[in-house]
Amino acid sequence: MKIKILICMGTSGISAGAEEVAKIFESELKLKKLMDKCRIIKVGDRGLFRDTLVDIITPELGRVTYEYIKSEDVPKIVDEHLLKGKPVEELRAGKDYEQFFSGQIRIVLSNCGEIDPEDIDDYITHGGYNALQSVLSMVPEKVIDEIEKSGLRGRGGAGFSTGLKWKFCKNAKSNMKYVVCNADEGDPGAFMDRSVLEGDPQSVIEGMIIAGYAIGATEGFIYCRAEYPLAIKRLEISISQAREKRFLGDNILGSEFSFDITIKRGAGAFVCGEETALLASIEGRRGMPRARPPFPAQEGLWGKPTLINNVETFANIRHIIIKGAEWFSSIGTDESKGTKVFALAGKVKNTGLVEVPMGTTIRELIFGPGGGMVKKKIGLKGVQIGGPSGGCLPETLLDIPIDYESISKTGAIMGSGGMVVMDEKTCMVDIARYFLSFTVEESCGKCIPCRVGLKRMLEVLEKITEGKGKEDHISFLKEMSTTIKHTALCGLGNTAPNPVLTTLKYFQDEYLTHIRDLNCPAHVCVELIEFEVIEEKCVKCGKCYEACPVDAISWKKKEYPKIDKEKCIKCKSCINACDFMAIK
Amino acid sequence: MKVNLSDTRKIIQQYRNKKGTLIPLLQEIQAIYGYVPKESIELISKELLIYPVKIYGILTFYTQFYLTPRGKHTIIVCQGTACHVMGGKDILDYLSNKLGISEGETTKEGMFSLERAACLGCCGMAPVVVIDNNFYGMCDIQKVDALVKEYRSKEANR
Ligand SMILES: Cc1cc2nc3c(=O)[nH]c(=O)nc-3n(C[C@H](O)[C@H](O)[C@H](O)COP(=O)(O)O)c2cc1C
Repeated sequence: MKIKILICMGTSGISAGAEEVAKIFESELKLKKLMDKCRIIKVGDRGLFRDTLVDIITPELGRVTYEYIKSEDVPKIVDEHLLKGKPVEELRAGKDYEQFFSGQIRIVLSNCGEIDPEDIDDYITHGGYNALQSVLSMVPEKVIDEIEKSGLRGRGGAGFSTGLKWKFCKNAKSNMKYVVCNADEGDPGAFMDRSVLEGDPQSVIEGMIIAGYAIGATEGFIYCRAEYPLAIKRLEISISQAREKRFLGDNILGSEFSFDITIKRGAGAFVCGEETALLASIEGRRGMPRARPPFPAQEGLWGKPTLINNVETFANIRHIIIKGAEWFSSIGTDESKGTKVFALAGKVKNTGLVEVPMGTTIRELIFGPGGGMVKKKIGLKGVQIGGPSGGCLPETLLDIPIDYESISKTGAIMGSGGMVVMDEKTCMVDIARYFLSFTVEESCGKCIPCRVGLKRMLEVLEKITEGKGKEDHISFLKEMSTTIKHTALCGLGNTAPNPVLTTLKYFQDEYLTHIRDLNCPAHVCVELIEFEVIEEKCVKCGKCYEACPVDAISWKKKEYPKIDKEKCIKCKSCINACDFMAIK
Repeated sequence: MKVNLSDTRKIIQQYRNKKGTLIPLLQEIQAIYGYVPKESIELISKELLIYPVKIYGILTFYTQFYLTPRGKHTIIVCQGTACHVMGGKDILDYLSNKLGISEGETTKEGMFSLERAACLGCCGMAPVVVIDNNFYGMCDIQKVDALVKEYRSKEANR
């Protein structure tokens, strides 16, 4: 057996310098004549941000993981580990790394960070395309039956039964049908689809081919956002490799079934994640949603029945086919089966992609894989879940299980799985304003509630964060929210008020403090900050002094810092740097 | 400045008689010129029999398209949720102040264009700044200050 060297090279890894690390490994192996004994495998990101992650797998020592690897560490690893058989202890991944992965069940992410996404043979060695082969000997109805029985629900946000959707498409009568993979992933705070596309693109392609077979489609499209160049590149490579192996193209694996896939690059419009807008965009038009029904399953691309599913949904398919509906439905809760991938970010120690069974609580996620808060002195305030369509939940609600229904009951939604942890330094009014400014920017302008209503709400939220709020603004926001929710044309407008409604529901006091006391308790809203040191809280550490880019802070050891308001440009570097919230 | 239209012609040729290709066509034009020149739009309109208003409709709907030339370096400051709670907006405000331009604009000498992104999907390294496809994670104001200096001096030494 060859020694395997896995280097994580997704967008995160590459930005941390993984390409350089890989190059040095290659030259070191050449120099030390180890080339024939070792194989370097460039894998996707594993979901944990640790600069460059490197695994060395030898017959004697098994797998050893190194984290935060820089190119200068490489010679040492080669000398000690590969030549002398002694792992470099000080570079090994620590307890946080272990904690991050324990408690996860990785189905969708099972190959991410394990296989070379640009090598179809590696995918096949790991069981790839077995599902397609068994599907080709089944009747389409049986395939759909299996997916329906598994209880899989769409991972793109709304959670509609995947099996049912497939059935509708199958039953639609037409000479032409399409399969579309929604890889637009526009929710700020979500990046699981990108990691799957970068780390295991073949699994998505295999899921699409199976769907095509089941519903009777011959053409597929992957609509991928332009901001994901690496994902697009790997999809292109994967599609051409799949064609070479005859998993795509005419008479797939010698059967009667033909299917091929085209990639469509988005052009930067969040609303194109909405399915009818996405179809308009593929057709080459402005991506504006239309009223449903007819649903895409009846009238989709160029008026033909079209199945549209999310990346993560497709990535689940092959596992269900191989291991069976029963296995899949044994994971999760009564109504929500399987696992969900969350993009954990914000003020937690371990940020990254976490795949857990449905029914896990949010708190378990934060304090298990997440490793708890980054700054111990600054308390957990809540989480934002579901992006701009979701909501903010307070700390007291974090013991609810993660499943579609429980989360909807709180006023948030599961959405695509973004989860941003917020501490006392996060201002909830500012968060509501932030999401609304996003949806206002991204509103396509077709319907009035969304185009005008959201804008009016944003204006009011801006007033509140600038200290010009009035008490009746709160009832105004509530009324507008309800109206927009019920009257907007598409999901963007229907859900855009959720961040405002949930912050009003759980954090109304914070709104009132802004309005009545002209005070932002989190010290975020710049108009309400005086830029003064609170001496009772200050520990005289000097971090603010170091962070100030314009030398407006004077400080000496063991003394309180002083802020020169003439020089201060209100950039908040000092506030962001302070661990004690001692600048107000 | 006169725009050389031979590339536009070549691209139009590739996309003739294909369905749903206006967006990829414009993406290719932009990849060549860095923006979509008025002259190219006129030519596409004439050659493919598409009203200019339809082309402008696409170009102004999708944020990725530019109608004016870009700076030598494009700085994108991510404004995703994670970046926002980690101070991404403060960085954007600071850069906008420092460079004297708002987002979407280009500095007078043509060195930098400043952009925001809704989310770049690398929330684990928030806050994130991207300069010409190079990702810089865990940014703060001092770090972006140094980056701007670095790119400036690289240009000066050319
Ligand atoms: C404004 C808006 C944005 C959306 N963005 C996405 C997205 O980025 N990715 C996605 O898969 N679904 C997105 N959706 C949901 C899609 O409309 C659709 O429900 C989904 O792709 C269906 O796939 P699924 O059943 O596998 O979840 C969005 C919906 C709305 C209203």
